[in-house]
Amino acid sequence: MRLASSPLAALAMLATIFLTLSVLGKDPVAAFKVFFVEPFGSLYGIGELLLKATPLMICALGLAVGYRANVWNIGAEGQFTMGAIAGSGIGLFHGAALGAGALPLMLTAGVLGGMAWAAIPAFLRARFHTSEIFTSLMLVYIAQLFLSYLVHGPWRDPAGQNFPQSQPFPDNALLPPLFEGVRANGGLILALVLAALSWWFGSVTAAGYRMRVSGLAPAAAAYAGISPRWNIWLALMISGGAAGLAGILEVAGPIGVLQPVISPGYGFAAIIVAFVGRLHPIGIVLASLLMSALYLGGESAQIELQLPASVSGLFQGALLFFLLAAELFIHFRLRRLRA
Amino acid sequence: MSQEHSRTNVERIPKTVRSRANTVRGGTVTAPRLALRGISKRYASVIANDAIDLSVAAGEIHALLGENGAGKSTLMKIVYGVTQPDTGSMEWEGAPVAIRSPSEARRLGIGMVFQHFALFESLTVAQNIALALDERMPTLELAERINAVSARYGLPVAPDRLVHGLSVGERQRVEIVRCLLQSPRLLIMDEPTSVLTPQAVRVLFGTLRRLAEEGVSILYISHKLDEIRELCDVATVLRNGRVSGTAIPSAESNASLARLMVGNDLKECTLRPREPGSLRLELTDLSLESADPFGTSLEQINLGVRGGEIVGIAGVSGNGQRELLAAISGEALCAPRAAVRLCGKDAASSSPAARRRLGLCFVPEERLGRGAVPAMHLADNCVLTGAGAGLVRRGLVRSGASRAFARATIAQFAVKCSGELAPAESLSGGNLQKFIVGREIRLAPQVMLVAQPTWGVDVGASLVIRQALIDLRDAGVAVLVISEELDELFAICDRLAVLARGRLSAAVPTAQLIPETVGIWMTGAFEPAVAAGSAAPAGR
Repeated sequence: MRLASSPLAALAMLATIFLTLSVLGKDPVAAFKVFFVEPFGSLYGIGELLLKATPLMICALGLAVGYRANVWNIGAEGQFTMGAIAGSGIGLFHGAALGAGALPLMLTAGVLGGMAWAAIPAFLRARFHTSEIFTSLMLVYIAQLFLSYLVHGPWRDPAGQNFPQSQPFPDNALLPPLFEGVRANGGLILALVLAALSWWFGSVTAAGYRMRVSGLAPAAAAYAGISPRWNIWLALMISGGAAGLAGILEVAGPIGVLQPVISPGYGFAAIIVAFVGRLHPIGIVLASLLMSALYLGGESAQIELQLPASVSGLFQGALLFFLLAAELFIHFRLRRLRA
Repeated sequence: MSQEHSRTNVERIPKTVRSRANTVRGGTVTAPRLALRGISKRYASVIANDAIDLSVAAGEIHALLGENGAGKSTLMKIVYGVTQPDTGSMEWEGAPVAIRSPSEARRLGIGMVFQHFALFESLTVAQNIALALDERMPTLELAERINAVSARYGLPVAPDRLVHGLSVGERQRVEIVRCLLQSPRLLIMDEPTSVLTPQAVRVLFGTLRRLAEEGVSILYISHKLDEIRELCDVATVLRNGRVSGTAIPSAESNASLARLMVGNDLKECTLRPREPGSLRLELTDLSLESADPFGTSLEQINLGVRGGEIVGIAGVSGNGQRELLAAISGEALCAPRAAVRLCGKDAASSSPAARRRLGLCFVPEERLGRGAVPAMHLADNCVLTGAGAGLVRRGLVRSGASRAFARATIAQFAVKCSGELAPAESLSGGNLQKFIVGREIRLAPQVMLVAQPTWGVDVGASLVIRQALIDLRDAGVAVLVISEELDELFAICDRLAVLARGRLSAAVPTAQLIPETVGIWMTGAFEPAVAAGSAAPAGR
């Protein structure tokens, strides 16, 4: 029954889509086709599904490690942005000179950028017991404004007719597509490797064991001598690093340039992915595909049904809402109280 | 035996006092406000209440006295409708009643002030009180009534103040006012003075006396003998779930009350005399500020435990036991470095893991959630403390080794479970305790620290655990046992000390002690051990 909550939530969300579309006066069956069938009818469509699932998967895998350890990083979006900025710095200014070494260095810088941004909430929580939920969330907006400053100011392309974006990355600083006809790139392979790695980390290593104990029973962690600071730092470094990696994969992949908006909310959607995937690597791989389908369906619904862009956000929210509700009703029972 | 005890003690109550207790202000003799007859309550492994009779007259301050685990809380939960008795009957002002819920109890006129307050910090006093009332009342009217009640009983509380800014004493006043607003005719106070300063205790006693004069009956739960002798008209003493006696506290001494509370039917000691070895655990002038506002800070604790002896620390929970355990285990660090020495090495600034490497093993009081991770299986729970014993190698958990370790522990200590992959939360309390004690013993400690070794454990498992501790001692391990059960401490300890209000007495050879002395020490009446005194060798 406990495993049933994610499928139940997905079903309830589909019912919501159905209802919403009917109320909006669209033919629900035709709209469903637009939403869930048409985008995946071609090789290109499948490639887009995998492409969008990649950053979601990587961010969610990192977040899940922290959530299992009771560390609530809500700011993956900010770490994603800072990872993209750090990696782009290498790519834009040293990319041409580095040759084949450019991409590995950029990815490393992306990971480090995400970690550095996550280090701020880690330090504040470990040193001053500041809630990482708030600090990591607020740092998202700082990161986005910093990106905006860079592309409007110092990093703006001089030949770009005042458009707020950087120079395009040199070719050797761009991730090639997996094969002809799709945009999905090596990031997907990396994400699947990370999923396996995260499973191995959580179930076999002593560090993963200690994080699990910290999450399940903090008092037992204290009894065992597991340092709560170590737990906070490790959780935020892993989730921050993963989000940073996803960020640089995105700008060095499909975008190819640094611009004011580089993510349609992947860092936030990854929180939903992590929970719909029940914080388990396999679940997360599946949930990121579902979430990616929602993004794509939303896009095609915008074009073909003239629905507003916020429709995919609505369905994402509905998914999390139904998941939480399903968990609640699996664990608790409603009872009528006599007055 | 306790039946006899109770009869003789009842007869010791002078007739005049008894008739006063049965008379209301009006002068007519009426039924008691509350009468319990033959109340029994059985939990899975223990009988919490065994045929308890209790009668509280109108306007009487009635003490309920007993060690922790004697059954006081269960009895009060039954009176307040939180749990139901298995057998027995209750009468309220002469009429039989069955109280099925706290709101029913409140409707009858029973109010209860809990030991730990249930107030919302971010709400005002009036809002907190409004939440607890069974009826709806406009805020202004409620504030007026709060003011009226607080003025009448000398309980100053401002209705519009936020609770987070209130002191502990003020919070208790809010709880009392909350009860008084419902005009109770029986007020249950659970350890009300455990969190109060001496001055606040004076004020509280004044309030309680005034309430009693107005005819409100008060059931006063405590183990503080001085307070009970000063305040209460009658005392009912519980021991092991039974009434061990009834007394007029003002006519008793602390020692005679302690004897009723502790009992003198102690088991024969099964320890073979043994010459202790070298000092393994030394506490020198250890002081620790409690991190918990309801906790007790430790003051200048001095204690030495040698290899091959069991030292017991008696005392009622909440007198610094939790803090002392944390200070020794390393969960709370205290300065200076010399305050805690393990096997001759300074350990005061070492983490629990570092202390474990020095040879300390530790069985905490809370089994689920501290001693074991509830959702993890037993094999994984062995890794919790067994990382240094080969269950982790090169940063990887060796699942084969931890399963073998768990299997061996289960076999050696006859733990009843479905196997080493059973989740810790699926075991009964006693079996989980056997497993945790066994796990720690199999880690071959130099110093073994055990808190409440047999708390809530059935008789058979208790014997296994006690014998295991004695075997450790005979193997030359230094064993420190912190327990509330005096019988147990007398049975297994070479020396005994008492912890009261954060101070520790000298550790005296058990053979030179009688329970009465320990009972008096438990109230804090002793000279604390000094640094040199505790290091004296234990002779038996």
